[in-house]
Amino acid sequence: MIVTLRNVWKTYGRDVVLERLNLEVRTGEFVTIVGASGCGKTTFLRMLLGEEAPSRGELLLEGAPMPAEPGPDRGVVFQKYSVFPHLNALDNVLVAEEFGRARFTGRLFGGVRRRARTKALEMLEAVGLTHALKKYPHELSGGMQQRLAIAQALMKNPKILLLDEPFGALDPGIRRDMHALILDLWRRRRLTIFMVTHDLKEGFYLGTRLLVFDKVRHDPQAPNAYGANITYDIPVGRIEPELLEEIRDQTGLPVAPEAGSGG
Amino acid sequence: MKRLINEHPPHTVGYLLGLLPFALLLLAYVAASAARLAENPDDPLLPSLGMMLETFWRLATEPSRRTGELVLWVDTAASLTRLALGVGISMLTGLVVGILAGLIPYSGRTLSPLITAVAMIPPLAVLPILFITFGVGELAKVVLIVFGIAPFIIRDVQQRVEELPTEQLIKAQTLGASTWLMVLRVVLPQVFPRLLDATRLALGAAWLFLIASEAIAATEGLGYRIFLVRRFLDMATILPYVVWITLLAFLFDLLLRLANRWLFPWYGGRRR
Repeated sequence: MIVTLRNVWKTYGRDVVLERLNLEVRTGEFVTIVGASGCGKTTFLRMLLGEEAPSRGELLLEGAPMPAEPGPDRGVVFQKYSVFPHLNALDNVLVAEEFGRARFTGRLFGGVRRRARTKALEMLEAVGLTHALKKYPHELSGGMQQRLAIAQALMKNPKILLLDEPFGALDPGIRRDMHALILDLWRRRRLTIFMVTHDLKEGFYLGTRLLVFDKVRHDPQAPNAYGANITYDIPVGRIEPELLEEIRDQTGLPVAPEAGSGG
Repeated sequence: MKRLINEHPPHTVGYLLGLLPFALLLLAYVAASAARLAENPDDPLLPSLGMMLETFWRLATEPSRRTGELVLWVDTAASLTRLALGVGISMLTGLVVGILAGLIPYSGRTLSPLITAVAMIPPLAVLPILFITFGVGELAKVVLIVFGIAPFIIRDVQQRVEELPTEQLIKAQTLGASTWLMVLRVVLPQVFPRLLDATRLALGAAWLFLIASEAIAATEGLGYRIFLVRRFLDMATILPYVVWITLLAFLFDLLLRLANRWLFPWYGGRRR
Protein backbone atom coordinates (compact mmCIF):
# COMPACT_ATOMS: atom_id res chain seq x y z
CA MET A 1 0.00 0.00 0.00
CA ILE A 2 1.47 3.32 -0.94
CA VAL A 3 -1.16 5.49 0.75
CA THR A 4 -3.33 4.43 3.68
CA LEU A 5 -6.00 6.45 5.49
CA ARG A 6 -7.51 5.09 8.68
CA ASN A 7 -10.46 7.04 10.07
CA VAL A 8 -9.01 10.39 9.01
CA TRP A 9 -10.80 13.62 10.03
CA LYS A 10 -9.98 17.18 9.16
CA THR A 11 -11.54 19.94 11.24
CA TYR A 12 -10.96 23.66 11.57
CA GLY A 13 -12.22 24.68 15.00
CA ARG A 14 -15.82 23.40 15.03
CA ASP A 15 -16.06 23.15 11.25
CA VAL A 16 -15.68 19.63 9.96
CA VAL A 17 -14.29 19.43 6.43
CA LEU A 18 -13.59 15.71 6.10
CA GLU A 19 -14.77 12.89 8.31
CA ARG A 20 -14.18 9.16 8.69
CA LEU A 21 -12.03 8.71 5.62
CA ASN A 22 -10.78 5.17 5.05
CA LEU A 23 -8.78 4.39 1.95
CA GLU A 24 -6.03 2.15 0.68
CA VAL A 25 -4.26 2.96 -2.54
CA ARG A 26 -1.80 0.61 -4.26
CA THR A 27 1.29 1.59 -6.21
CA GLY A 28 0.44 2.29 -9.83
CA GLU A 29 -3.18 3.30 -9.32
CA PHE A 30 -4.52 6.39 -11.06
CA VAL A 31 -7.00 7.82 -8.57
CA THR A 32 -9.29 10.58 -9.76
CA ILE A 33 -11.20 12.62 -7.22
CA VAL A 34 -14.40 14.50 -7.98
CA GLY A 35 -16.90 16.38 -5.86
CA ALA A 36 -18.76 19.65 -5.57
CA SER A 37 -16.88 22.82 -4.61
CA GLY A 38 -16.03 23.02 -0.94
CA CYS A 39 -16.32 19.30 -0.32
CA GLY A 40 -12.74 18.90 0.82
CA LYS A 41 -11.08 17.55 -2.34
CA THR A 42 -8.37 20.15 -2.18
CA THR A 43 -8.00 19.73 1.58
CA PHE A 44 -7.48 16.03 0.94
CA LEU A 45 -4.78 16.79 -1.62
CA ARG A 46 -3.13 19.25 0.77
CA MET A 47 -2.99 16.50 3.38
CA LEU A 48 -1.25 14.22 0.91
CA LEU A 49 1.17 17.06 0.16
CA GLY A 50 1.91 17.54 3.84
CA GLU A 51 0.62 21.11 3.79
CA GLU A 52 -2.12 20.09 6.24
CA ALA A 53 -2.08 17.39 8.90
CA PRO A 54 -5.13 15.24 9.68
CA SER A 55 -6.94 16.35 12.84
CA ARG A 56 -7.66 12.75 13.77
CA GLY A 57 -6.81 9.35 12.39
CA GLU A 58 -3.82 7.95 10.55
CA LEU A 59 -2.45 9.03 7.18
CA LEU A 60 0.37 6.77 6.03
CA LEU A 61 2.77 6.91 3.11
CA GLU A 62 4.27 3.46 2.52
CA GLY A 63 3.29 2.48 6.04
CA ALA A 64 5.01 5.44 7.74
CA PRO A 65 3.24 8.62 8.91
CA MET A 66 2.95 11.22 6.15
CA PRO A 67 5.77 13.80 6.50
CA ALA A 68 4.47 17.10 7.91
CA GLU A 69 5.76 19.22 5.02
CA PRO A 70 6.04 18.89 1.24
CA GLY A 71 9.03 16.88 0.02
CA PRO A 72 10.53 15.33 -3.10
CA ASP A 73 8.72 12.00 -2.59
CA ARG A 74 5.43 13.71 -3.57
CA GLY A 75 5.33 15.66 -6.81
CA VAL A 76 2.62 18.18 -7.58
CA VAL A 77 1.09 20.10 -10.48
CA PHE A 78 -1.37 22.88 -9.67
CA GLN A 79 -3.87 24.52 -11.97
CA LYS A 80 -1.56 27.52 -12.26
CA TYR A 81 1.62 29.06 -10.80
CA SER A 82 3.33 25.66 -10.89
CA VAL A 83 6.40 26.84 -12.80
CA PHE A 84 8.94 29.53 -11.97
CA PRO A 85 8.30 32.64 -14.08
CA HIS A 86 11.91 33.86 -13.89
CA LEU A 87 13.44 30.69 -15.37
CA ASN A 88 13.22 29.47 -18.95
CA ALA A 89 11.79 26.04 -19.69
CA LEU A 90 15.11 24.19 -19.49
CA ASP A 91 16.14 25.91 -16.25
CA ASN A 92 12.72 25.25 -14.76
CA VAL A 93 13.38 21.53 -15.09
CA LEU A 94 17.11 21.68 -14.40
CA VAL A 95 16.48 23.52 -11.12
CA ALA A 96 14.91 20.33 -9.73
CA GLU A 97 18.27 18.58 -10.06
CA GLU A 98 20.11 21.58 -8.68
CA PHE A 99 17.86 21.79 -5.60
CA GLY A 100 18.68 18.19 -4.79
CA ARG A 101 22.41 18.16 -5.49
CA ALA A 102 23.82 21.61 -4.74
CA ARG A 103 22.74 22.10 -1.15
CA PHE A 104 24.52 25.43 -0.72
CA THR A 105 24.96 27.18 -4.07
CA GLY A 106 21.82 25.83 -5.75
CA ARG A 107 23.80 25.53 -8.97
CA LEU A 108 25.66 22.69 -10.66
CA PHE A 109 28.83 23.03 -12.69
CA GLY A 110 30.95 21.02 -15.12
CA GLY A 111 30.26 17.35 -15.72
CA VAL A 112 27.56 17.09 -13.07
CA ARG A 113 25.73 19.94 -14.74
CA ARG A 114 26.05 18.32 -18.18
CA ARG A 115 24.55 15.07 -16.90
CA ALA A 116 21.74 16.95 -15.14
CA ARG A 117 21.13 18.88 -18.34
CA THR A 118 20.88 15.66 -20.34
CA LYS A 119 18.34 14.31 -17.87
CA ALA A 120 16.36 17.56 -18.04
CA LEU A 121 16.40 17.48 -21.85
CA GLU A 122 15.10 13.89 -21.86
CA MET A 123 12.30 14.91 -19.55
CA LEU A 124 11.37 17.89 -21.69
CA GLU A 125 11.35 15.62 -24.73
CA ALA A 126 9.02 13.22 -22.93
CA VAL A 127 6.46 15.99 -22.49
CA GLY A 128 7.04 17.41 -25.98
CA LEU A 129 8.75 20.70 -25.17
CA THR A 130 12.05 20.25 -27.00
CA HIS A 131 11.27 23.18 -29.28
CA ALA A 132 10.78 25.66 -26.41
CA LEU A 133 13.83 25.17 -24.19
CA LYS A 134 14.78 28.84 -24.01
CA LYS A 135 11.26 30.21 -23.64
CA TYR A 136 10.07 31.82 -20.42
CA PRO A 137 6.74 30.60 -19.02
CA HIS A 138 4.92 33.78 -20.05
CA GLU A 139 5.88 32.99 -23.64
CA LEU A 140 4.31 29.51 -23.39
CA SER A 141 0.63 28.66 -23.85
CA GLY A 142 -1.37 27.34 -20.89
CA GLY A 143 -1.03 23.74 -22.12
CA MET A 144 2.72 24.07 -22.60
CA GLN A 145 3.10 25.55 -19.11
CA GLN A 146 1.33 22.50 -17.69
CA ARG A 147 3.59 20.18 -19.71
CA LEU A 148 6.53 22.01 -18.20
CA ALA A 149 5.08 21.67 -14.70
CA ILE A 150 4.66 17.92 -15.23
CA ALA A 151 8.24 17.55 -16.50
CA GLN A 152 9.47 19.44 -13.46
CA ALA A 153 7.51 17.23 -11.06
CA LEU A 154 8.72 14.01 -12.68
CA MET A 155 12.41 14.95 -12.38
CA LYS A 156 12.34 13.76 -8.77
CA ASN A 157 10.73 10.38 -9.56
CA PRO A 158 8.10 11.03 -6.87
CA LYS A 159 6.37 8.10 -5.19
CA ILE A 160 3.05 9.80 -5.82
CA LEU A 161 2.11 12.53 -8.23
CA LEU A 162 -0.61 14.95 -7.11
CA LEU A 163 -2.56 16.85 -9.75
CA ASP A 164 -4.87 19.64 -8.58
CA GLU A 165 -7.26 20.36 -11.48
CA PRO A 166 -4.23 20.56 -13.75
CA PHE A 167 -6.24 20.88 -16.96
CA GLY A 168 -9.13 22.93 -15.60
CA ALA A 169 -8.05 26.16 -17.30
CA LEU A 170 -7.29 24.64 -20.71
CA ASP A 171 -9.31 24.60 -23.92
CA PRO A 172 -11.03 21.27 -24.70
CA GLY A 173 -8.68 20.38 -27.59
CA ILE A 174 -5.56 21.06 -25.57
CA ARG A 175 -7.10 19.16 -22.68
CA ARG A 176 -7.45 16.04 -24.83
CA ASP A 177 -3.74 16.25 -25.75
CA MET A 178 -2.87 16.59 -22.09
CA HIS A 179 -5.00 13.52 -21.23
CA ALA A 180 -3.07 11.48 -23.78
CA LEU A 181 0.23 12.77 -22.37
CA ILE A 182 -0.57 12.04 -18.75
CA LEU A 183 -1.90 8.54 -19.54
CA ASP A 184 1.22 7.80 -21.56
CA LEU A 185 3.52 9.00 -18.78
CA TRP A 186 1.51 7.10 -16.17
CA ARG A 187 1.82 3.83 -18.11
CA ARG A 188 5.43 4.14 -19.10
CA ARG A 189 6.78 5.43 -15.79
CA ARG A 190 4.44 3.34 -13.58
CA LEU A 191 3.36 6.42 -11.63
CA THR A 192 0.87 6.55 -8.79
CA ILE A 193 -1.39 9.51 -9.44
CA PHE A 194 -4.00 11.39 -7.41
CA MET A 195 -5.90 13.84 -9.54
CA VAL A 196 -8.59 16.27 -8.44
CA THR A 197 -10.95 17.32 -11.20
CA HIS A 198 -14.22 19.15 -11.74
CA ASP A 199 -14.94 17.15 -14.83
CA LEU A 200 -16.71 13.87 -14.15
CA LYS A 201 -16.01 12.54 -17.65
CA GLU A 202 -12.33 13.34 -17.24
CA GLY A 203 -12.41 11.50 -13.92
CA PHE A 204 -13.89 8.41 -15.52
CA TYR A 205 -11.75 8.54 -18.61
CA LEU A 206 -8.37 9.00 -16.96
CA GLY A 207 -8.50 7.08 -13.70
CA THR A 208 -8.33 3.45 -12.74
CA ARG A 209 -10.31 4.37 -9.69
CA LEU A 210 -12.76 7.18 -9.08
CA LEU A 211 -13.43 8.70 -5.66
CA VAL A 212 -16.45 10.92 -5.12
CA PHE A 213 -16.32 13.28 -2.14
CA ASP A 214 -19.62 14.46 -0.74
CA LYS A 215 -21.39 15.26 2.51
CA VAL A 216 -23.62 12.43 3.64
CA ARG A 217 -25.05 14.11 6.69
CA HIS A 218 -26.55 17.56 6.60
CA ASP A 219 -27.63 19.86 9.40
CA PRO A 220 -29.41 22.84 7.85
CA GLN A 221 -28.92 24.81 11.07
CA ALA A 222 -25.16 24.26 11.05
CA PRO A 223 -23.90 23.63 7.52
CA ASN A 224 -20.34 23.01 8.69
CA ALA A 225 -21.16 20.58 11.47
CA TYR A 226 -20.60 17.55 9.28
CA GLY A 227 -17.75 16.93 6.86
CA ALA A 228 -17.54 15.23 3.51
CA ASN A 229 -16.81 11.58 3.07
CA ILE A 230 -15.95 9.29 0.18
CA THR A 231 -19.41 8.40 -1.12
CA TYR A 232 -18.32 6.37 -4.15
CA ASP A 233 -15.11 4.42 -4.64
CA ILE A 234 -15.43 2.89 -8.07
CA PRO A 235 -12.88 0.87 -10.01
CA VAL A 236 -13.15 2.53 -13.37
CA GLY A 237 -13.98 0.20 -16.22
CA ARG A 238 -17.55 -0.54 -15.28
CA ILE A 239 -19.03 2.81 -16.14
CA GLU A 240 -22.73 2.51 -16.66
CA PRO A 241 -24.50 5.65 -17.83
CA GLU A 242 -26.95 5.29 -14.92
CA LEU A 243 -24.07 5.46 -12.46
CA LEU A 244 -22.72 8.59 -14.13
CA GLU A 245 -26.20 10.14 -13.87
CA GLU A 246 -26.51 9.12 -10.24
CA ILE A 247 -23.18 10.68 -9.28
CA ARG A 248 -23.98 13.76 -11.26
CA ASP A 249 -27.29 14.18 -9.49
CA GLN A 250 -25.69 13.67 -6.13
CA THR A 251 -22.75 16.07 -6.54
CA GLY A 252 -24.39 18.57 -8.86
CA LEU A 253 -21.33 18.38 -11.10
CA PRO A 254 -21.60 18.99 -14.83
CA VAL A 255 -20.34 16.02 -16.84
CA ALA A 256 -18.12 18.22 -19.00
CA PRO A 257 -17.80 21.71 -17.62
CA GLU A 258 -16.94 24.58 -19.90
CA ALA A 259 -13.25 25.24 -20.31
CA GLY A 260 -11.81 27.58 -17.75
CA SER A 261 -14.60 27.09 -15.24
CA GLY A 262 -12.37 25.38 -12.71
CA GLY A 263 -11.19 27.06 -9.57
CA MET B 1 -16.49 63.62 -34.54
CA LYS B 2 -15.37 60.96 -32.08
CA ARG B 3 -15.67 61.34 -28.33
CA LEU B 4 -12.81 63.23 -26.75
CA ILE B 5 -11.50 60.15 -24.89
CA ASN B 6 -11.15 58.31 -28.22
CA GLU B 7 -9.10 60.99 -29.95
CA HIS B 8 -5.38 60.12 -29.94
CA PRO B 9 -2.68 62.53 -31.14
CA PRO B 10 -0.38 61.22 -33.92
CA HIS B 11 3.14 60.24 -32.87
CA THR B 12 5.04 63.48 -33.59
CA VAL B 13 2.19 65.66 -32.43
CA GLY B 14 2.27 63.73 -29.16
CA TYR B 15 5.95 64.58 -28.66
CA LEU B 16 5.40 68.22 -29.51
CA LEU B 17 2.49 68.38 -27.09
CA GLY B 18 4.77 66.99 -24.39
CA LEU B 19 7.37 69.68 -25.10
CA LEU B 20 4.81 72.48 -25.22
CA PRO B 21 4.48 73.14 -21.44
CA PHE B 22 8.28 73.25 -21.11
CA ALA B 23 8.56 75.73 -23.97
CA LEU B 24 5.80 77.89 -22.51
CA LEU B 25 7.41 77.94 -19.06
CA LEU B 26 10.78 78.81 -20.55
CA LEU B 27 9.23 81.56 -22.64
CA ALA B 28 7.41 83.02 -19.64
CA TYR B 29 10.65 83.00 -17.68
CA VAL B 30 12.69 84.64 -20.43
CA ALA B 31 10.06 87.36 -20.88
CA ALA B 32 9.81 88.06 -17.14
CA SER B 33 13.59 88.07 -16.75
CA ALA B 34 14.06 90.44 -19.71
CA ALA B 35 11.43 92.83 -18.34
CA ARG B 36 13.05 92.89 -14.91
CA LEU B 37 16.60 93.28 -16.21
CA ALA B 38 15.52 96.15 -18.46
CA GLU B 39 14.56 98.07 -15.34
CA ASN B 40 17.64 97.12 -13.33
CA PRO B 41 20.51 95.23 -15.02
CA ASP B 42 21.88 94.14 -11.58
CA ASP B 43 18.65 92.56 -10.43
CA PRO B 44 19.60 89.08 -9.08
CA LEU B 45 16.13 87.47 -8.85
CA LEU B 46 15.48 86.49 -12.46
CA PRO B 47 18.87 86.19 -14.18
CA SER B 48 18.95 85.76 -17.93
CA LEU B 49 19.69 82.36 -19.47
CA GLY B 50 23.11 83.66 -20.54
CA MET B 51 24.00 84.71 -17.01
CA MET B 52 22.97 81.34 -15.62
CA LEU B 53 24.94 79.45 -18.25
CA GLU B 54 27.98 81.62 -17.54
CA THR B 55 27.77 81.02 -13.79
CA PHE B 56 27.27 77.30 -14.28
CA TRP B 57 30.20 77.12 -16.67
CA ARG B 58 32.41 79.03 -14.23
CA LEU B 59 31.47 76.71 -11.36
CA ALA B 60 32.18 73.68 -13.53
CA THR B 61 35.50 74.75 -15.08
CA GLU B 62 37.20 77.49 -13.03
CA PRO B 63 38.85 76.65 -9.69
CA SER B 64 37.25 78.53 -6.83
CA ARG B 65 39.31 81.51 -5.68
CA ARG B 66 38.78 80.56 -2.06
CA THR B 67 39.50 76.81 -2.12
CA GLY B 68 41.08 76.20 -5.54
CA GLU B 69 38.52 73.47 -6.32
CA LEU B 70 36.05 73.03 -9.14
CA VAL B 71 32.96 73.76 -7.10
CA LEU B 72 30.33 71.98 -9.19
CA TRP B 73 32.23 68.70 -9.35
CA VAL B 74 33.22 68.75 -5.70
CA ASP B 75 29.57 69.35 -4.79
CA THR B 76 28.33 66.68 -7.18
CA ALA B 77 30.85 64.08 -5.99
CA ALA B 78 30.07 64.77 -2.33
CA SER B 79 26.30 64.58 -2.83
CA LEU B 80 26.38 61.50 -5.05
CA THR B 81 28.66 59.65 -2.64
CA ARG B 82 26.21 60.29 0.19
CA LEU B 83 23.27 59.37 -2.01
CA ALA B 84 24.92 56.18 -3.29
CA LEU B 85 25.88 55.06 0.22
CA GLY B 86 22.43 55.84 1.62
CA VAL B 87 20.54 54.21 -1.23
CA GLY B 88 22.93 51.24 -1.42
CA ILE B 89 22.64 50.49 2.28
CA SER B 90 18.86 50.89 2.09
CA MET B 91 18.65 48.43 -0.83
CA LEU B 92 20.73 45.85 0.98
CA THR B 93 18.72 46.29 4.18
CA GLY B 94 15.51 46.16 2.20
CA LEU B 95 16.49 42.91 0.53
CA VAL B 96 17.65 41.10 3.66
CA VAL B 97 14.99 42.34 6.07
CA GLY B 98 12.22 42.25 3.47
CA ILE B 99 12.89 38.59 2.67
CA LEU B 100 13.29 37.64 6.33
CA ALA B 101 9.99 39.35 7.16
CA GLY B 102 8.10 38.12 4.12
CA LEU B 103 9.21 34.51 3.87
CA ILE B 104 9.96 33.14 7.32
CA PRO B 105 7.00 33.22 9.73
CA TYR B 106 9.10 33.50 12.90
CA SER B 107 11.20 36.44 11.74
CA GLY B 108 8.11 37.96 10.08
CA ARG B 109 6.18 38.03 13.33
CA THR B 110 9.23 39.50 15.08
CA LEU B 111 10.09 42.18 12.54
CA SER B 112 6.80 43.32 10.98
CA PRO B 113 5.50 45.45 13.89
CA LEU B 114 8.89 47.11 14.28
CA ILE B 115 9.12 47.92 10.56
CA THR B 116 5.60 49.37 10.59
CA ALA B 117 6.40 51.51 13.63
CA VAL B 118 9.72 52.79 12.29
CA ALA B 119 8.12 53.63 8.94
CA MET B 120 5.68 55.91 10.78
CA ILE B 121 8.41 58.13 12.28
CA PRO B 122 8.90 61.27 10.17
CA PRO B 123 12.61 61.04 9.23
CA LEU B 124 13.24 64.78 9.39
CA ALA B 125 12.03 64.79 12.98
CA VAL B 126 14.88 62.50 13.96
CA LEU B 127 17.48 64.51 12.04
CA PRO B 128 18.56 66.40 15.21
CA ILE B 129 18.97 63.06 16.98
CA LEU B 130 21.12 61.80 14.11
CA PHE B 131 23.29 64.92 14.21
CA ILE B 132 23.70 64.60 17.99
CA THR B 133 24.44 60.88 17.80
CA PHE B 134 26.59 60.66 14.70
CA GLY B 135 28.00 64.19 14.61
CA VAL B 136 27.61 66.55 11.68
CA GLY B 137 29.88 64.48 9.41
CA GLU B 138 28.99 62.17 6.53
CA LEU B 139 27.52 59.42 8.68
CA ALA B 140 24.51 61.41 9.88
CA LYS B 141 23.56 62.34 6.30
CA VAL B 142 23.83 58.76 5.08
CA VAL B 143 21.87 57.50 8.08
CA LEU B 144 19.11 60.04 7.40
CA ILE B 145 18.70 58.74 3.85
CA VAL B 146 18.64 55.15 5.13
CA PHE B 147 16.16 56.08 7.82
CA GLY B 148 14.01 57.83 5.27
CA ILE B 149 13.82 55.22 2.52
CA ALA B 150 14.82 51.82 3.95
CA PRO B 151 11.44 51.18 5.65
CA PHE B 152 9.64 51.82 2.37
CA ILE B 153 11.96 49.48 0.45
CA ILE B 154 11.74 46.81 3.16
CA ARG B 155 7.94 46.87 3.09
CA ASP B 156 7.85 46.74 -0.69
CA VAL B 157 10.19 43.74 -0.82
CA GLN B 158 8.27 42.06 2.00
CA GLN B 159 5.01 42.57 0.14
CA ARG B 160 6.48 41.16 -3.06
CA VAL B 161 7.70 38.08 -1.20
CA GLU B 162 4.27 37.62 0.38
CA GLU B 163 2.66 37.94 -3.05
CA LEU B 164 4.65 35.02 -4.45
CA PRO B 165 2.07 32.30 -5.11
CA THR B 166 2.14 29.62 -2.39
CA GLU B 167 2.06 27.11 -5.23
CA GLN B 168 5.59 28.13 -6.25
CA LEU B 169 7.02 27.58 -2.79
CA ILE B 170 5.21 24.26 -2.42
CA LYS B 171 6.49 23.21 -5.82
CA ALA B 172 10.05 24.14 -4.85
CA GLN B 173 9.72 22.02 -1.72
CA THR B 174 8.46 19.04 -3.71
CA LEU B 175 11.58 19.46 -5.85
CA GLY B 176 13.70 19.12 -2.72
CA ALA B 177 14.63 22.76 -2.04
CA SER B 178 15.68 23.83 1.46
CA THR B 179 14.65 27.23 2.83
CA TRP B 180 18.04 28.61 1.84
CA LEU B 181 17.79 27.31 -1.72
CA MET B 182 14.29 28.73 -2.06
CA VAL B 183 15.65 32.13 -1.01
CA LEU B 184 18.51 31.80 -3.47
CA ARG B 185 16.76 30.41 -6.53
CA VAL B 186 13.07 31.28 -6.17
CA VAL B 187 12.67 34.36 -3.97
CA LEU B 188 15.76 36.51 -4.63
CA PRO B 189 15.59 36.48 -8.44
CA GLN B 190 11.89 37.35 -8.37
CA VAL B 191 12.36 40.11 -5.80
CA PHE B 192 15.28 41.81 -7.55
CA PRO B 193 13.31 43.63 -10.25
CA ARG B 194 10.82 44.79 -7.63
CA LEU B 195 13.74 46.05 -5.53
CA LEU B 196 14.93 48.16 -8.45
CA ASP B 197 11.40 49.50 -8.92
CA ALA B 198 11.09 50.37 -5.24
CA THR B 199 14.49 52.06 -5.29
CA ARG B 200 13.43 54.09 -8.28
CA LEU B 201 10.36 55.32 -6.43
CA ALA B 202 12.40 56.02 -3.29
CA LEU B 203 15.02 58.10 -5.10
CA GLY B 204 12.92 61.27 -4.91
CA ALA B 205 12.67 60.92 -1.15
CA ALA B 206 16.40 60.11 -0.94
CA TRP B 207 17.22 63.41 -2.68
CA LEU B 208 14.90 65.24 -0.32
CA PHE B 209 16.64 63.88 2.75
CA LEU B 210 20.07 64.44 1.23
CA ILE B 211 19.42 68.10 0.48
CA ALA B 212 17.75 68.66 3.83
CA SER B 213 20.72 67.33 5.75
CA GLU B 214 23.20 69.18 3.54
CA ALA B 215 21.27 72.40 4.06
CA ILE B 216 21.68 72.10 7.80
CA ALA B 217 25.28 71.00 8.20
CA ALA B 218 27.83 70.43 5.45
CA THR B 219 30.91 71.94 3.87
CA GLU B 220 30.18 70.88 0.31
CA GLY B 221 27.38 69.26 -1.66
CA LEU B 222 24.66 70.32 -4.08
CA GLY B 223 22.14 71.06 -1.34
CA TYR B 224 24.76 72.87 0.73
CA ARG B 225 25.64 75.16 -2.19
CA ILE B 226 22.04 76.11 -2.92
CA PHE B 227 21.38 77.04 0.68
CA LEU B 228 24.73 78.84 0.98
CA VAL B 229 24.24 81.18 -1.96
CA ARG B 230 20.61 81.79 -0.97
CA ARG B 231 21.99 84.42 1.40
CA PHE B 232 23.16 86.48 -1.57
CA LEU B 233 19.96 85.85 -3.54
CA ASP B 234 22.27 84.25 -6.12
CA MET B 235 19.60 82.82 -8.40
CA ALA B 236 22.14 82.49 -11.21
CA THR B 237 23.69 79.64 -9.19
CA ILE B 238 20.57 78.20 -7.59
CA LEU B 239 18.51 77.73 -10.75
CA PRO B 240 21.20 75.85 -12.76
CA TYR B 241 21.91 73.71 -9.70
CA VAL B 242 18.24 72.76 -9.45
CA VAL B 243 18.22 71.85 -13.14
CA TRP B 244 21.43 69.84 -12.66
CA ILE B 245 19.94 67.92 -9.71
CA THR B 246 16.77 67.25 -11.70
CA LEU B 247 18.85 65.97 -14.60
CA LEU B 248 20.83 63.63 -12.34
CA ALA B 249 17.62 62.34 -10.74
CA PHE B 250 16.12 61.74 -14.18
CA LEU B 251 19.25 59.87 -15.30
CA PHE B 252 19.21 57.51 -12.31
CA ASP B 253 15.54 56.81 -12.84
CA LEU B 254 16.19 55.99 -16.48
CA LEU B 255 19.19 53.78 -15.66
CA LEU B 256 17.19 51.75 -13.14
CA ARG B 257 14.36 51.32 -15.58
CA LEU B 258 16.68 50.16 -18.35
CA ALA B 259 18.53 47.84 -15.96
CA ASN B 260 15.24 46.20 -15.07
CA ARG B 261 14.37 45.66 -18.70
CA TRP B 262 17.79 44.26 -19.66
CA LEU B 263 18.48 42.13 -16.61
CA PHE B 264 15.02 40.64 -16.12
CA PRO B 265 13.38 40.04 -19.49
CA TRP B 266 10.72 37.85 -17.88
CA TYR B 267 9.57 40.61 -15.51
CA GLY B 268 7.49 42.75 -17.87
CA GLY B 269 5.90 39.72 -19.51
CA ARG B 270 4.82 38.19 -16.24
CA ARG B 271 2.72 41.24 -15.44
CA ARG B 272 0.61 41.06 -18.56
